[in-house]
Order: sequence, then C-alpha cells, then structure tokens
Amino acid sequence: MKKVFKTADEALSGLCVDGMTVMSGGFGLCGIPENLIAALRDSGAQDLTVISNNAGVDGFGLGQLLETKQIKKMVSSYVGENKEFERQYLGGELELEFNPQGTLAERIRAGGAGIPGFYTKTGVGTLIAEGKEHKDFDGATYIMETGLKADVSIIKAWKGDAEGNLIYKATARNFSPMMAMAGKITVAEVDEIVPVGSIDPNFIHTPGVFVQRIIEAQCEKRIEQRTVREA
Amino acid sequence: MADLKTGWTRDQMAARAAQELEDGFYVNLGIGIPTLVANHIPDGVNVTLQSENGMLGMGPFPTEEEIDADLINAGKQTITTLPKSSFFDSATSFAMIRGGHIDLSILGAMEISEEGDIANWMIPGKMVKGMGGAMDLVAGVKKCIALFDHTNKRGESKFIKTCSLPLTGQKCIHMVITDLGVFDRAEGQTRFRLRELAPHVTLEEIKAKTEAEVIWE
Repeated sequence: MKKVFKTADEALSGLCVDGMTVMSGGFGLCGIPENLIAALRDSGAQDLTVISNNAGVDGFGLGQLLETKQIKKMVSSYVGENKEFERQYLGGELELEFNPQGTLAERIRAGGAGIPGFYTKTGVGTLIAEGKEHKDFDGATYIMETGLKADVSIIKAWKGDAEGNLIYKATARNFSPMMAMAGKITVAEVDEIVPVGSIDPNFIHTPGVFVQRIIEAQCEKRIEQRTVREA
Repeated sequence: MADLKTGWTRDQMAARAAQELEDGFYVNLGIGIPTLVANHIPDGVNVTLQSENGMLGMGPFPTEEEIDADLINAGKQTITTLPKSSFFDSATSFAMIRGGHIDLSILGAMEISEEGDIANWMIPGKMVKGMGGAMDLVAGVKKCIALFDHTNKRGESKFIKTCSLPLTGQKCIHMVITDLGVFDRAEGQTRFRLRELAPHVTLEEIKAKTEAEVIWE
C-alpha cells in the first residue's frame, strides 16, 4: 500500500466526513499539522469533534476550523488563546470537554493501545471526578477514565519515510505519538520525507504501523511567545 | 528613601521558594511567579527542570539566533536545551508527573484551604481557559508548594478555611509561600504551621490577613 501522498488535500481525500472525530497533534502552535488542518477546513466536513490539547489561535491552527464553524465539540486541556473560541463557547455554539492534560494524554495512549479504561488520582475531589467510577487501591482513591479513539488523526513530525516511520523534533513531539496510535487512519505531515533505511531504527519514535498516509509539507511554525535573552 | 512596603516582592517570593530546592531534584515550575524561581537556584544546587509539554533539563531563553519554533516550554515560550536534556511525548511526561517521579512542583494559586486544597483553574461565570496540567501535577508530584499573593485585590485572604472556587486538587499542598510569609505542614499533619515572616511583617498583620486556621507558635 502506497503511503506517500503529494499534497495535504490528497492525503485527506475520502477521509473527511461530517460528524467524525479528529485528533490533532500539537502543544499550543508547536508541532501542529498546519497543512492538514487547512486541508480539513477545505474539505468542508462539518460537526467535527476535535481532540487536541489546545484550540489554536484566532485564524491559525485549529482557529481556522473554528472560524468556519466546522467544529461541534472540542476535547482539550487548555483553550485560553482564542477569542473566536470564547465567543462560540459562551454563545452555546460549541461544546467543550476539559480533561487534565495528563489524563488527556493517557486516554489517547490507552485508546491506541486497546485499553478501554484506567484509574488515576488526577482530578479526585474536583469537578472532573463527578459521575465517574471511584475505586480505592492501597488506601488511596482513584477515578476511572476511558480510552479515546479517533476516526482520523492528523499529526506533524520532523522526518518520515515511505513506510510511515517517524521521528519528531524537540518539544514538537508532544501528543502526536499517542494520536498516531489512536487514529483508525493516521495522516502525518513531515518537514522531510527521507529514504527508507536512512533513519536509524534505534531512533524511530513512531513505527510505521501507526501511520497510513504521509506528506512532505512546509510549515510556517508560528511562535506564540517569542522569548529571548541578551546574547 | 525608606521602603515602607512590607513583605516580599514577586521576585523575593520566588527567591524564597528557590531555597526549597535540593540538589538532584527534578522540578516542575508553573506559569507566572513560579517561573521566576529558575532565576534564583542556589549555588551548588543542581536541579533538573521539567516542562510538561515534553522536556527534561530546560535551558535558558534563547538568543535571537538560537530561536527554534519546535522548542518551547509549557508557557509556550521559546527555550533552549542543556547537555543533559531529553525530549519525550506527553504521555511519558505525565507518567513522570503522575507516577511520582518529580520531586517538587511550584504552582500559583487563587485559593488554598487550611487542609491544603488548591483552587487555581476556574472562576465560575468567567470564561474558563482550562486546567492544563495542574490537576495532574498536584495529584502526582511528591511535594507541592503554592506561591501566591496572600490577599486578593480587595484585601481578602486567599489562605482560607475552605476553597470557594472549584478545586484543582484535595489536600495536596505541602507548603505555602506568600508575600507575607511561609507556612508548611509535615507529612501526615493536617494543619499548616507558620515558619517564617517576610521582612517587616508582624504576626498581627499576617494573622489578620489569614482566614485559615493555622498553628502560629
């Protein structure tokens, strides 16, 4: 099966349907699949449930899908950087499910690993625990969280090959390895497609089994908080 | 001119919190005043800073030439690596936090209760940005220090009997450092004890501004 596609639009062709659940990698704007998000917007798919740690900023990243009102529900841990998000949420146009960041990461990992639920201490005694099963282990109370899966995961990596093997760069890795596992179909955009065999197998972060489609694409890589010290 | 302001500045609060760092500690610093703690790490104390977006061994901010859009901290600021640095995914990052492998977390707070509950993520009726990693940190890190202004803008105590805001975590704060002083509670102890007064702060003043029941002597 050929995994390499030429453009983001081609890579998403046939995958985008109304009402589907999409996982989108990235922390803030770091490591977001910019080109695949734009292609998802252009697909016109509606009523999306989007699982992503954050919701982009106004007009960039997932903010683009908010502007076109294609998102019905966000599952995130932090959404503070986006005025359009706030407007839609306060206006009742957008559903929002908050997850603690570690719970979100583990739910995605679990979903991809075939683990339907797990117990964690995070959130015990808070709003997050309401309605969830509580269970004691060794004298401490835990709550049950469920695994998450997606119809399509879109992620960003640094280098990839035609087998779908990926490596990520620095903190752009964040949620993408787990999302690759949890997507029925995972589409990766990479800075560079390299020949099979050129990535040392010892250093592959995401094995190709988790990646169905891959494109090479230029990213703008916008920086949210450009912070420097004096040289 | 004499400085009539009593208590610590934000930077002095951070410096006081930095005295709690021990050699070899793995530490997560929250956004805001806690971030300033990194500027006051005592000489001879070697700590490794964890950033929950996927990095151990956070270095200083970059020079203009060193900026890398793929390398940020949890506050989304550009940063640099150190020779000891490592990168990892978010599940591994929170395995460190939730698995009890991080020694110390220093966080900001809106309210702390006398039993060590913390509220720092949500004000009902306002747009809520989300808890990010705060609930995981307070539930999993070995020791949690809350670093915050003792009173709010209306002069009301933020160190109180019971939190009025939705909780981030229960009975998880081990030490409180404010602009007025330091309180801690030993393992297994429910009550906090006053440990230290900030410069020029009197016992009467801090008592008047503390709603929580604490051990004063």
